[in-house]
Amino acid sequence: MTDVATETRTITYREAVREAIRSAMLEDDRVFLMGEDVGRYGGCYAVSKGLLEEFGPERIRDTPLSEAAFVGAGIGAALGGMRPIVEVMTVNFSLLALDQIVNTAAVYLHMSGGQFNVPLVIRMATGAGRQVAAQHSHSLEGWYGHIPGIKVVTPATVEDARWMLPTALADPDPVIIFEHAGLYNSEGTLPDQGAPVDLETARIRRRGSDISLVTYGGSLPKAMTASEELARDGISAEVLDLRSLRPIDTAALLSTVASTHRVVIIDEGWKTAGISAEISSRIAEEAIWELDAPIRRVCSEEVPIPYPRHLEEAALPQVDEIVAAARELMGG
Amino acid sequence: MGADTHRLDLLRGMLRIRRFEERCAQLYQAEKIRGFLHLYIGEEAVAVGVMGALEPRDAVVATYREHGHALARGVDPGAVMAEMYGKQQGCSGGRGGSMHLFDAATRFYGGNAIVGGGLPLAVGLALADRLTGRRGVTAVFFGEGAVAEGEFHEAMNLAALWDLPVLFNCENNLYAMGTALDRSESQTKLTLKAASYGMPAWEVDGMDVLAVDEAARMAVESVRCGGGPHFLEFRTYRFRAHSMFDPELYRSRDEVENWRSRDPVESFKVVLMADGEIDEEAWVAMEEEVGAELDGAVAFAEAGTWEPEEELTRFVYSEVRR
Repeated sequence: MTDVATETRTITYREAVREAIRSAMLEDDRVFLMGEDVGRYGGCYAVSKGLLEEFGPERIRDTPLSEAAFVGAGIGAALGGMRPIVEVMTVNFSLLALDQIVNTAAVYLHMSGGQFNVPLVIRMATGAGRQVAAQHSHSLEGWYGHIPGIKVVTPATVEDARWMLPTALADPDPVIIFEHAGLYNSEGTLPDQGAPVDLETARIRRRGSDISLVTYGGSLPKAMTASEELARDGISAEVLDLRSLRPIDTAALLSTVASTHRVVIIDEGWKTAGISAEISSRIAEEAIWELDAPIRRVCSEEVPIPYPRHLEEAALPQVDEIVAAARELMGG
Repeated sequence: MGADTHRLDLLRGMLRIRRFEERCAQLYQAEKIRGFLHLYIGEEAVAVGVMGALEPRDAVVATYREHGHALARGVDPGAVMAEMYGKQQGCSGGRGGSMHLFDAATRFYGGNAIVGGGLPLAVGLALADRLTGRRGVTAVFFGEGAVAEGEFHEAMNLAALWDLPVLFNCENNLYAMGTALDRSESQTKLTLKAASYGMPAWEVDGMDVLAVDEAARMAVESVRCGGGPHFLEFRTYRFRAHSMFDPELYRSRDEVENWRSRDPVESFKVVLMADGEIDEEAWVAMEEEVGAELDGAVAFAEAGTWEPEEELTRFVYSEVRR
């Protein structure tokens, strides 16, 4: 940090994503946005509102409800020299494009022996918490993290929402950006003069010495709230934001474990075969002797997400569960 | 390449593919080639006729039965054969094999082994041409089995909706692996499906290389001049089994023999002989020339080397920022 006071401003996560898209389009003619309702409607989550008027329908390109075709077209356009940002409205609908993502985008560089890289950015909303029931509430970013050949990032702060995109666009390979739908209205401060951030490292969002809360995306605010509550009990919790699910920053994981010796993993995905299992496994494989207590996971219940508010809340990770898990590990 | 040699070039192009594929079958028996191997024998006229109508600036997206497309597009036969062997001198560095031939130099974008999976990609390549003002054409090949896939319909709609320069080449060999068209489609007239998206759709005799050549030239010209996507259905037939594991229980010997009597290579040779453009001596010379090229390709593959195991994890992500 410099001594010079930098101007900062308050901005919503939604505005940060919009600013990132707009600025990328102003800087590079090869960048365009395509997806369902990104143009005239202004984006399902109003992210691209106003961009059609500024850039026109060729570069803010509304698509039919054809996820496989427009994600595949994004791959083809990337191969043809463009830098497409493909918006899939939500992760739920991305399942209709899985063939293109897994069988094409992730493997083209490999199958072609390094000849054809795919500089494609796919953005999609993920997560539950808005009473939109099972088919609109999936958290499947962990699935995507399973696939070699793509990079999977989960911006949880306005800074990452604003500055991961230019890095993703500069990347020669496919990057999927998961934006938790519950974060769009969240606010944060950004310096006026920001800079692109990396897509590989985890960040400590709160320093602590007693226990590590490891999380990402939409669960970060819950972990932060839990850490404040724990602080009132005299428990110093460190909050690690993974930021990326592929690659996973193993070094940062091991480092926080080495400093606190206790871990709670918070993930809106299900436990079984989920990303929390992978994180847990990496800690167990490489740092089990650092642990003073078993690893705990606070994840979604193993049910499809139900509609009624009380059941949805019961299904998702909540602050009190995180606090309870942490207290238990502290022996309290 | 004058008009007088054009017909001979078509014949030679088909013969190269025929002999290449026959050699592949032998090399498979000899266990030099492993995995899946899908031979193009019987369908040569389609690849040769369509590729001849394309220019270097155009792009090609093919299927898992794509040896013929790669050869006709100009990918080096030695590099293709080395790829079959899995050698690092292969056109995909050995990582792809028979179903995943790639070649950046000739804009050959694979080698896609998911039925219908290449169509959206072709739409995107054409979109890039549109957005950058290039006047390229993207030619995508797929079998009639692909028309049952959602990706076919989504891609056809998108190409037509956005008026993109895509040439859709449907190689209708009547069977999706072992499933006959009339056992999988409620509407077996495929041009009607294309017409429903408002694009010109022609049915072409895929056993007649001149018919393919003429249709492809007209279609490519029209696509290049802003006529939007076109759909060509080539009626053709696969003489050999679907792959090397297929006992061919689903079709009769008579049917196969009937189609074999329309062999695209043989019948075009007969035409050229009748027209006095080739005689027995010239045919033998053409066979020898093709055979020598093929011997060279096999020797190149044999002499190729295995990629060191230490390089296993390469090509997952790009090694340099581009």
